[in-house]
Amino acid sequence: MNAYEIVLKSREKGRPTALRYISEIVEDFIELHGDRRFSDDRAIVGGVGRIFGMPVTVIGVEKGSDTHEKIEHNFGCAHPEGYRKAVRLMKQAEKFHRPVLCFVDTSGAYCGIGAEERGQSEAIAMSILDMIRLKTPTLSVIIGEGGSGGALGLSAADEVWITETSTYSVISPEGCASILWKDSGKVAEASECLKLTANDLLELGAVERVLPEEEFSEEFFASLKEQIFEFFKKQKNEDEDALIEKRYERFRKF
Amino acid sequence: MFDIKKFFFKKPKNELEGSEGEEKKQEHKDAAIPEKLAEKCEKCGKIVLADEFKAEFGVCPKCGHYRKISARDRIAMCAETFEELFADEESKNPLDFPGYTEKLQSLREKTGEKDGVICGTATIGGVKCAVFSMDYRFMMGSMGHTVGEKITKIFEYATEEKLPVVGFVLSGGARMQEGILSLMQMAKTSAAVAKHSEAGLLYISVLTDPTTGGVSASFAFEADIIMAEKGALIGFAGPRVIEQTIRQTLPQGFQRAEFILEKGFADIIVERKDMKDTLSDLLRLHSAEVNA
Repeated sequence: MNAYEIVLKSREKGRPTALRYISEIVEDFIELHGDRRFSDDRAIVGGVGRIFGMPVTVIGVEKGSDTHEKIEHNFGCAHPEGYRKAVRLMKQAEKFHRPVLCFVDTSGAYCGIGAEERGQSEAIAMSILDMIRLKTPTLSVIIGEGGSGGALGLSAADEVWITETSTYSVISPEGCASILWKDSGKVAEASECLKLTANDLLELGAVERVLPEEEFSEEFFASLKEQIFEFFKKQKNEDEDALIEKRYERFRKF
Repeated sequence: MFDIKKFFFKKPKNELEGSEGEEKKQEHKDAAIPEKLAEKCEKCGKIVLADEFKAEFGVCPKCGHYRKISARDRIAMCAETFEELFADEESKNPLDFPGYTEKLQSLREKTGEKDGVICGTATIGGVKCAVFSMDYRFMMGSMGHTVGEKITKIFEYATEEKLPVVGFVLSGGARMQEGILSLMQMAKTSAAVAKHSEAGLLYISVLTDPTTGGVSASFAFEADIIMAEKGALIGFAGPRVIEQTIRQTLPQGFQRAEFILEKGFADIIVERKDMKDTLSDLLRLHSAEVNA
């Protein structure tokens, strides 16, 4: 597959969304709602549950599967209150020494009047800052689109993993082609140039693991669950200050 | 230390905008302006003595239009002394992005700067501080590796030296040509801001026109005190992108500094002429030496 084919694949209808990952990987999931400031943003779902019995906080950007769900979840484009809910749940996880697991799948944070009025920039900025200094293990898994700042807001983690036909990029290839070359027809070229595929990202050090998708079979989810559990077990043995220092170095190298 | 007279407005820019501008353009078409003596305001098209522009810090005395000013002019306007740090940092083309190497090269020649941010130590109102200042002439202050690296370094330096940071922000966002590496700068700079803050040190960001995209969604909005320059465009998505997305015309004043303040996302709006005094007051208020 070339880069543009991967871009299309990452957005494909029928691809498992965050809620599917949560239901396959997290036991006894209880959804927790709201940012305690303004509202409950349905583009970001979060809550508590267990992985092989280990308590975790899980947060996911949910795109929705059918039309009705897509509208309910605003196509996975979060407003500021979504990021503020995520930060609230992360801080809660820190308080109770639970690891934080994020599933990222968004074309980007929502851009609209309400989002600007309620401080989309500030919400994402503080989500990055708070997450990167969180004194508990964190892991982000990109499961579709990793769209720019909206994805980074939930990806300032100890490690970032990505499934093999997902992408992570500073801008959509469409945006890049139209801004830089004033030619929205050059999407395929922009997809290549941006180095946004899983393998490119691994080479650049932006992700630690590329997860073979195996057509999202039972084995895929079982293996991912195993890997997440092992990762958190290892991270929980680390001293909390060492954890954030390592995280600092992870991002410092760029 | 920079001589304000030497650094202000070396090259007059005679761009005019809008229909009113077109008219004025005709009117003033044949006016020959000896370089450096007088300049045309790019907003109202009127001729202004260079000295007047200088005295007003780049604000047109006829129409009140705020010109963008270079990173060094901004520092010269606000600081009594300035010593540059990390001046050797220079961007490469890490993704071999087509045309980027040439673009960097031509901008370096045109501006005499290596990239879009200047860092160093300064005294403002007698208080020693670390400063960064972003430059519109270098791809509208977009953030790639060099911009992110220098801003990270200045925060690390300030943490080490126990200095407050004053940041003059101006940026269209992350730099596309460095792809994911640009996005990572948002996380890298945020972590450095956090460490500086955890050390109990002051960070004042001054958001100038424009402050958008990945820069607004990182260090711009992570300051203890957020100042916005009068009239500046400040937001996450640019107004054109929002209009295209929601297919609506945006209300008057949307995403301007006054709107940002009203919505609760800036502490204070400052006019350019008052910027040095306001910064001085705030720095002095937080200075252990001054208050001892």
